[in-house]
Amino acid sequence: MSPFTVQSALKGDIHLPTILFAKMDAYIKYLEYYLPQKTVSNNDLQQVFPEWDATKVAKKTGIEFRHQSAENETACDMAVSVCEKLFAKHPEVKATIDFILLCTQSPDFKLPTSACLIQDRLGLPNSVGALDFNLGCSGWVYGLSLAKGLLCTHIASNVLLITSETYTKYFHPKDKGNISLFGDGAAATVVSNAGFAAIGEFALGTDGSGENNLKVKTGGARFQKPLNEVTVDDNGYILASDYLYMNGPAIFNFTLETVPSLLEQCLAKNGLHDMADFYILHQANKFMLDTLRKICGIPKDRFYVDMQNTANTVSSTIPIALKDALDKNLVHKGDRVCTAGFGVGYSYGACVLDF
Amino acid sequence: MPKGTHSILVMTLQEFVQNIAEQFDDTDSSLFTPETDFQQFEEWGSLTALSIIAFVKMNYGKKITALDIRSCNSIQELYEFVENL
Repeated sequence: MSPFTVQSALKGDIHLPTILFAKMDAYIKYLEYYLPQKTVSNNDLQQVFPEWDATKVAKKTGIEFRHQSAENETACDMAVSVCEKLFAKHPEVKATIDFILLCTQSPDFKLPTSACLIQDRLGLPNSVGALDFNLGCSGWVYGLSLAKGLLCTHIASNVLLITSETYTKYFHPKDKGNISLFGDGAAATVVSNAGFAAIGEFALGTDGSGENNLKVKTGGARFQKPLNEVTVDDNGYILASDYLYMNGPAIFNFTLETVPSLLEQCLAKNGLHDMADFYILHQANKFMLDTLRKICGIPKDRFYVDMQNTANTVSSTIPIALKDALDKNLVHKGDRVCTAGFGVGYSYGACVLDF
Repeated sequence: MPKGTHSILVMTLQEFVQNIAEQFDDTDSSLFTPETDFQQFEEWGSLTALSIIAFVKMNYGKKITALDIRSCNSIQELYEFVENL
C-alpha cells in the first residue's frame, strides 16, 4: 500500500505520520573512542600538589589516570581523530554518513559551528547536515535522542554522533579537585536503521536553577572579558570566574535527588517493571556511582563502574564505558541496558538500549 | 525498580556517632563522641562531607547540604538536625 493509498483510506493526513514512522527503528551501528596521548597519573598530581593524598583520593574516585589534550589539540581535532579511527576500522560507513551531530562545550570558535569544520576536514559531502549542541555529561543520551528523531522522520539515514570535550583547558592551575576528576576524550557513535543495539524510549530532564554549581562564567556573551576573580568557596573549592567551577557537594546532591527517579521513569517508559539487565551510567567517579547504585538497589554485577584510566570525560563517558563493556563481554545479545547521563545545566537523560 | 537501602531507619545517637566515625578513614574511632566537632579533625574535607551526605541519604532518605553540615558544631547537633528534617 503506497503512502498515498494509506492517506486516502484514512480520509485525512493526521494518522499518516504515525503509520509511516511507527516501524522505523534507530540502532547504534558503530562505536569508537579516542583519548589524547598525554596521561597524568595520580603520582604526577602528587608531585604538583604535595598536600594531596593520591592513594586516598584514588580509592574514593576510582581514578588512576586522566588524559589531557595537547595545548594545540582542540575538541574539534579530537572529534576528527575519533571519526578517522572509526572510518579506518569500518571504511564502508564513511560514504553513508548524511548528518553530523557534535556535542561539545569546547568549540573551536564562537562561530562558525565546529560540526561544519568537521564535515570539511573529514571530506564528507556538502549534502551532509551538521550542527553542534552544547551539553555536558547528559550529551550522549541527548545526542541519541536527536539522532533517533532525525532517522525516524527520514531526515537522515546515518547519523554520526560525536561527543568531544577538553574540560582540562578550563581548569585553574591550582584546582586539584577538578584536575584529578576530569580527563579529555571523544567518542563517535553511528546511528542507523540497523545495528547492534536498538535505541529505546527516553526520559529527559532539565533544571537550569543549578547553573551556578558547574560553570565557566566568562567568555560567553554575558561576560565576554575575563573578570579575574579568584576566591575559595565555602567547601574549599577554587571559585574562579575565568575557569571551570564545580560545587562538588551540590552536584552530588543533585545527582542523588534526580537520577533514581530518572531511571525509574526511563524503565517504565520502556516497559521494564523491575530492573534493566545492565546499567551504564555517566562515569563521573566511583564514589558517586557506588552511592547511586546503593540508593537504587541495583546489584553490583549489573552496574558498570570503570573510569580508572580515563577519569570523567564528560559527554564521552557512556560511549567509552559501553564500548569497554562490550569488549569485556559484559553486555550480551538480548540484554536491555539502561544508560543515563547527568550533570552541567543541570541536564539529565536516560535511555534503554536493546541488544 | 526494587527499593534501595534508603528506607528510613531508627538510629540512636550512639549508632549515629559510630556511623559518622566510619566516614573517616584515618581518624581513630575512639575520638568520636556526641560532643565531637568532627569538622576540626585534620582529615575533614570535601570528600568526608560527601560521605556524610551519602550516609544520610542512604540511611534516612533525606537530603542535607554541605552548608547544613557546616552549621553543626557537634555530631549530636548533626544528629538532631537530621532527625528533625
